[in-house]
Amino acid sequence: MREYMTTRDIVGPLLLIESVADVTYGELVELEFPDGTRSLGNVLEVDRDVALVQAFEGTRGANTAQTKVRFLGRSLELGVSRDMLGRVFDGLGRPADGGPDIIPDVRRSIYGSPINPTARDFPDDFIQTGVSAIDGLNPLVRGQKLPIFSGSGLPHNQLAAQIARQSAVLDCTGGDEIGCKAEGEFAVVFAAMGITFADADFFIDEFRNTSAIERAVLFLNLADDPAVERIATPRMALTAAEYLAYDCDMHVLVILTDMTYYCEALREVSAARKEVPGRRGYPGYLYTDLATIYERAGRVKGRHGSITQVPILTMPDDDKTHPIPDLTGYITEGQIVLDRNLHRRGIYPPVAVLPSLSRLKQKGIGPGKTREDHADLSNQLFGAYARGLQAKELAVILGEAALSDDDKAFVAFADAFEDRFIRQGPHEDRSIADTLAIGWELAALLPRTELKRIKDAYVEKYLPTDDGEEDAAS
Amino acid sequence: MDQGRIVKVAGPLVVAEGLPSSKMYDLVRVGTEGLMGEIIEMRADRASIQVYEETEGLGPGDPVEATGAPLSVELGPGMLEAVYDGVQRPLDALEAQSGAFITRGMNAPGLDREKRWEFTPVVSAGDRVEGGDIIGTVPENTVIEHRVMVPPGISGAIESISAGEYTVTDPVGRLVADDGTTHDLVMMQVWPVRVPRPYKKKIAADEPLTTGTRVIDTFFPIVKGGVACIPGPFGAGKTVTQHQIAKWSNAEVVIFIGCGERGNEMTDVLMEFPELEDPYSGEPLLKRTVLVANTSNMPVAAREASVYTGITMAEYFRDMGYDVVLQADSTSRWAEAMREISGRLEEMPGDEGFPAYLGTRLASFYERAGKVECLSSDGGAEGARAQAAGSGGPEEASAARSVREDSDEGPTGTAAKRTGSVSVVGSVSPPGGDLSEPVVQNTLRVVKVFWALQDQLAFQRHFPAIDWLTSYSLYLDKITGHWAEEVSPEFRARRDECMAILQRENELAEIVRLVGVEALSPEEQILMETAKSIREDFLQQNAFRDDDQFSSLHEQDRLLEMILLFHKTAIRAHEHGAALKEIFAAPVREHIARAKYLTEDRAAEFDEIASEIETQLVGTGPLREETAVYAGGER
Ligand SMILES: Nc1ncnc2c1ncn2[C@@H]1O[C@H](COP(=O)(O)OP(=O)(O)OP(=O)(O)O)[C@@H](O)[C@H]1O
Ligand SMILES: [Mg+2]
Repeated sequence: MREYMTTRDIVGPLLLIESVADVTYGELVELEFPDGTRSLGNVLEVDRDVALVQAFEGTRGANTAQTKVRFLGRSLELGVSRDMLGRVFDGLGRPADGGPDIIPDVRRSIYGSPINPTARDFPDDFIQTGVSAIDGLNPLVRGQKLPIFSGSGLPHNQLAAQIARQSAVLDCTGGDEIGCKAEGEFAVVFAAMGITFADADFFIDEFRNTSAIERAVLFLNLADDPAVERIATPRMALTAAEYLAYDCDMHVLVILTDMTYYCEALREVSAARKEVPGRRGYPGYLYTDLATIYERAGRVKGRHGSITQVPILTMPDDDKTHPIPDLTGYITEGQIVLDRNLHRRGIYPPVAVLPSLSRLKQKGIGPGKTREDHADLSNQLFGAYARGLQAKELAVILGEAALSDDDKAFVAFADAFEDRFIRQGPHEDRSIADTLAIGWELAALLPRTELKRIKDAYVEKYLPTDDGEEDAAS
Repeated sequence: MDQGRIVKVAGPLVVAEGLPSSKMYDLVRVGTEGLMGEIIEMRADRASIQVYEETEGLGPGDPVEATGAPLSVELGPGMLEAVYDGVQRPLDALEAQSGAFITRGMNAPGLDREKRWEFTPVVSAGDRVEGGDIIGTVPENTVIEHRVMVPPGISGAIESISAGEYTVTDPVGRLVADDGTTHDLVMMQVWPVRVPRPYKKKIAADEPLTTGTRVIDTFFPIVKGGVACIPGPFGAGKTVTQHQIAKWSNAEVVIFIGCGERGNEMTDVLMEFPELEDPYSGEPLLKRTVLVANTSNMPVAAREASVYTGITMAEYFRDMGYDVVLQADSTSRWAEAMREISGRLEEMPGDEGFPAYLGTRLASFYERAGKVECLSSDGGAEGARAQAAGSGGPEEASAARSVREDSDEGPTGTAAKRTGSVSVVGSVSPPGGDLSEPVVQNTLRVVKVFWALQDQLAFQRHFPAIDWLTSYSLYLDKITGHWAEEVSPEFRARRDECMAILQRENELAEIVRLVGVEALSPEEQILMETAKSIREDFLQQNAFRDDDQFSSLHEQDRLLEMILLFHKTAIRAHEHGAALKEIFAAPVREHIARAKYLTEDRAAEFDEIASEIETQLVGTGPLREETAVYAGGER
């Protein structure tokens, strides 16, 4: 082991160490401060005999004369094993639940390796989250990365926990049947970055109460934990997820919250390095850095497992053009946007339907996946809701009276849609059949001639008849 | 070769000493694993190297080996249907070596060294040839005939050449150069990616590159050899539009560069293109396609190189006489890669941290597009081509390609020179959708077509979300003549009229928003309805519907004709007393709305719609006779 006491500068989370030898880029470093506290770090840059080290756990207590710096000759790794299920770790992957250390099956670099595009399998299996606003309109598929764009004070945690609890992949290989049983082994990997103790506690409680904890792995870096550690936390989580997915054949749902704090940690390091900043002070490489996290979602040919990611981010100022949501949207396969107005009106989950989009939905729904009428019905509901919202806007300017009868019907539809389709209980688990049934009931509110986006055959088959009974469905 | 040493490592950038005889843009091998890198700056004895793979684990003292050659691609049979990373390593070869995850330090040549190709010479011993001349052909697949050329810069007499099965490095013959030296002729050429391949001269591009996407072909067309950009915020439809062009355009070869974008999008292409049928050859689309996939999580320096790798391959197919379309998705990620490397070099940053040379790099990239007269000695090339066509490929489709080319140029006698084109379509991903940012602005200076994607349209699920009010094409006047000959003499006028209606709609929409539609005159109300019809029945096109994703120019013209016929007939019907409400409720409008789903062979439907328009609108007014006469007279 190479140990030095040659720290020259300490700036924010960074240390400059002189007169080092054989240091490599990315190498793991152990720092020991004068008071005996130890902290991990890694090498950001090495120039001849000078190494720039970022301290994951901060530099409080460090000084130049007495800080011991040990270069460990390997990169930051996580020892992974099936025994991680049911356990809680800190942001650097050390047990934080008082339990024993994990005896690793294998140690892996937390940075992973890119999936070869030729080895990917296209995500096309529907995941039933039990949430109508998602399943009905913007379905999540196995191997997708679909973030929740939220704002402070909005119930993104409830929604994420609900998704984690209820998610099941339907096995519908049997045909048009619906509501078929779930298949495969599931796991949830949860990474908290900078969220409050209360928020983290909420998740742990949720998982405990539903015994989901037994198939969950938690990595917690909380608000009062070192900020720079957050840079490692999601990578720890994804390293565990990759092991569970590709070595243990599990379908893994990864929840990363809150990506905003992750990005701020990155900005802090970048500022300390005096790098040329991009928009709003975030480093120019933010896109690439985020991509190395989000692109770890997916499926791989010939392996049974998969990694589905639901990152959560709170948009500063509810601004979708802020670099964090913006660059996230450029990498992920759609987004679920939460809306403050719906929330104020007491609608849970407050999913803003228009700006939300699941880009992989085409591949995940239809006969053999959900049901034949799913795509048409969802287009129709979307179109009618959009038209209803437009008519509402018009009514604000010109008054209700200015609306045509058609427009009035659409306004009524929009209200009913928010109330019955979008709104549901945080513990209400709707099957896709239920979701579609509600959709058809709502479609019945529209003049039949307006159901232009649905094939006639499906209208015949699924539109509830006057006595309120649904015809041939389910 | 020099053997240097690393002195510094900072992310993708490595600085080395001890490479005195290396030059700028030379390829080097870094570290004990021999990672690929390229010299991008030299100061005294220090060479800055961008490394195409992860640099973790490298440190001062590690070896750096010069190769003395610039970063190059291998050009020859075997590129089609391949998927390469940004530095032309075949991704399936990497998968064979390291499995599903890409690990470091792997090598694989761009062209398969084992595979044998059937070579048929089109020149004979004693013929004089120059750089660019075709010396033989290889049926690379059932769609594309590979034309083996003399590398640029070499000329002389063929000493020997023979048909047979060869690997890309086997000599197929020998050439005695003018200075008396002899050279083996092989099928593979190696070309430095940052150097444009030579051609004889650029010629005016005036033939439309039809894409099957209506808003593009009719309103904002691109030509073979043209340059276009698609800027837009995330989710607005850049990738889908580019995939559509890759699928349905009438180019002969398609190069798709996934530059810093999603892995799943590459997988999508890989899974879909072998299944889809090329509308021109009837063969799987993949057979005319080369993919370069350097996704967002792959090393950033290789992303920077990927656009050069792609365009060099495009130029090579152009040199054979093909029309090539190159798609770069997204050029912003390329620019960001430049910015990252520039930052590590501690260069003085320009706008938003991008290097000051951003504009020059973008311009010189797009400048490699164009329609050209290919490099060749005139006679030699002509002779070669005639023979190539005469020899006929063993497969019909490849012969069809040759014939098509000949019929384009052959009959014009002396003008029969080999031409080829590279069209470039680049997507741009502006932060926050802000079009004033440097990549968009620098791109707009060089491209001739601007397809502006609007997130508002995307939210309304108006796809393709190309904003008709701000987009433009500077090729419109160039191809009007072509349209008149190949489509119809009225096409341009119809297009302009529809455009005028859409622009008027935009002005009127403001009034409607404030005081309601009733405030408009009847003519204006009709115009609003027609504009809606143009938007919904023409502009909107669902890329995921088999019966909608592709429209021929002819269909596009007929659709416009029909929409305008309704418009004119409605105005006349109203003038003769028909109520607007009834006009707008005419059942034929349903029929019009469905017309875009027609296919060419059901074109008779259009005539039916035309007659329905007349009978139904005329039937709504009391002045039935008069209107009928009027409408009839117009047609
Ligand atoms: N022509 C179209 N027809 C139907 N749907 C479309 C069309 N164009 C875009 N879409 C829809 O919009 C979504 C996003 O499109 P696309 O992936 O092309 O966006 P993008 O501009 O490339 O975004 P990013 O910058 O994030 O890559 C698609 O998944 C699809 O749902
Ligand atoms: Mg895209």
